[in-house]
Amino acid sequence: MLRSAQHDNDTPRAAASSCHVSRIRDIMPVTMTNERPVRVLIAKPGLDGHDRGAKVVARALRDAGMEVIYTGIRQTPQMIAEAALQEDVDVIGLSILSGAHLELFPRVVAALKERGVDPGEVLLFAGGIIPDEDIPALNKLGFQAIFRPGASTQEIIDYVRRWTAERRAPVGSGG
Amino acid sequence: MVVEAEAQGGAGELAQRLLAGDRRALARAITLVENGTLEGRRALALLYAHTGHAHTVGITGGSGAGKSTLTGALAHELRKRDRSVGIVAVDPTSPFTKGALLGDRIRMQELTRDPEVFVRSMATRGELGGLAPATVEVVAVLDAAGKDVVMIETVGAGQDEVEVASSADTTVVVLTPAGGDDVQAMKAGIMEVADVLVVNKADLPGADILVAQLKALTTQASRGRLETPVLETVATRGEGITELADAIEAHRRRLAASGDLERERLARARRQVLALARHRLLEDLVRLTESDGHLDEIVGAVARRELDPYAAAERLIDAAAAGQ
Repeated sequence: MLRSAQHDNDTPRAAASSCHVSRIRDIMPVTMTNERPVRVLIAKPGLDGHDRGAKVVARALRDAGMEVIYTGIRQTPQMIAEAALQEDVDVIGLSILSGAHLELFPRVVAALKERGVDPGEVLLFAGGIIPDEDIPALNKLGFQAIFRPGASTQEIIDYVRRWTAERRAPVGSGG
Repeated sequence: MVVEAEAQGGAGELAQRLLAGDRRALARAITLVENGTLEGRRALALLYAHTGHAHTVGITGGSGAGKSTLTGALAHELRKRDRSVGIVAVDPTSPFTKGALLGDRIRMQELTRDPEVFVRSMATRGELGGLAPATVEVVAVLDAAGKDVVMIETVGAGQDEVEVASSADTTVVVLTPAGGDDVQAMKAGIMEVADVLVVNKADLPGADILVAQLKALTTQASRGRLETPVLETVATRGEGITELADAIEAHRRRLAASGDLERERLARARRQVLALARHRLLEDLVRLTESDGHLDEIVGAVARRELDPYAAAERLIDAAAAGQ
C-alpha cells in the first residue's frame, strides 16, 4: 500500500507516527515476514552507450521496493544471461537504443535457455527505440511488453507488479 | 545420503544438483537461504557438512574506495592461480522504500565469462553493520559448491561497520588518499579489523603520505606481533593486485599454522548460533504477544508514559512465557 505512493512524502511520515507496533515490524528483517523483494535485472545489450533510460527505470523500480541489479552498458547476450542465472532474478528488462534488438534479443533468450533458465519462468520486457513492425517478433520471443519513449515509469512498475503478483503464490518451491 | 535426500524432498534434490556443480541450483539455493525459507534451511542443513573448505575474504572500506573494482581484479588474479571464486557483493537497501539498486556487478561483468566465478548481489534488507542478513549462510552455500575463495564485499562502510571481520577468515580494508588523514584511520573500528590494509587509487596525490602514516600506525599497534601489511593498488589498472593476493594467501597460511583459524571459526560458530537463536526467540516473542494483543497493550503503555521501556520489555517476556 505504502509503496504505490512513491512520490508522496507525507505517506511514510504519517505511517511512522501512527502506530508503534507497525514500526516494530518495520525494523525486523524482511526474512521474518512472508514478503520477499522482487529481483530485477536491468541490462543494456549491444554497443550503444545511452544508459539514461536504463538508469531511470532501475531507479524507479528500486523506489517501488524492488531489488534491482544493474550491470552497466555494452553487455553481451552471454553476460546478461549469466548475470540473470547467478542473481536468480524474477524479471529481466533490456534497454536498447541502437536498433539491434532483432539481432540481440533472440541471442539473449538463446543464452538463457543454454543455461537452463526457462524464459517462460522469468518476466522479460524491453524498452527503447523499437518500431511497431518489430513488436510482434519480440512478443513471440517472450517480450510481452515493450516500453517506448513516452511510457511512464509507473506503467513499468505496475506491469512488473501485476506479473509478480500473479506468479508469486508458488514461489519458494522452486528447484 | 540418497535416502536422506529423498526424505528432504525438493531441498535434497537441489542440494545434490548443487554439489554436482549445477550453477542454476546454486543460484536457487542462495535465493532460498537469503529469503530464510524452510526449504533454504533444509538445503543448508544438507550442504553444511560440505563447507569449511573455502578461504573467506572480506573486502570493506568507504563508499567509492574501489571495493568492487578491487574485488573484480582480485578474482582475475585468483583465477590465474587456478582458484575458483565466489563473490557476495552487498549493497544497501533503502530504509524508505525497501528497494535496492545493486550495482557492484558493473565492475565485475567481465568475470561472467568464466564459469568458475560466481557473483551474487545481496541487499542489506534493513541489517546494519555492512552485511546482508543471510550473508554468512550464503557464503556457506558457495563454500559447499566448492569455491576455493569466497569474497564478501561489504556496503560502503564508514567507521564501525565491521561485521564482516567476524564473518571472514581474512579482512581487507580498502582506503584511498581522498578518504581523510591518519586520524580518521585511528578512530575505532575499521582499522582494528584489518588483516591487510590497502591504499587503492595509489596514483592519486597524497597516497605516499597515507601509506607512510598507516605503516607508522600498524607498527605502533602490532606490539611485537606481525604487522598488518599496508599495500598500494590501482585496481582499475590491475596494479598491486598480485601482491595483494599474495598477502591474503599469506594471512590464511599464518592463521592455519598458528591455530588461530580453528579458534576464530569456533568463535564465529558461537556467534552465529547465538545470533540465530536470538533471532528465533524474537520471532516467537513477537508472534506470541502480537496475536493476543499484549504487544499493543504494553507498547501503548510505554507511549503514554505509564510504563518505562525496561519494565515493558520484562513484562513482554513474561507475557510470552505465560502465553506459551
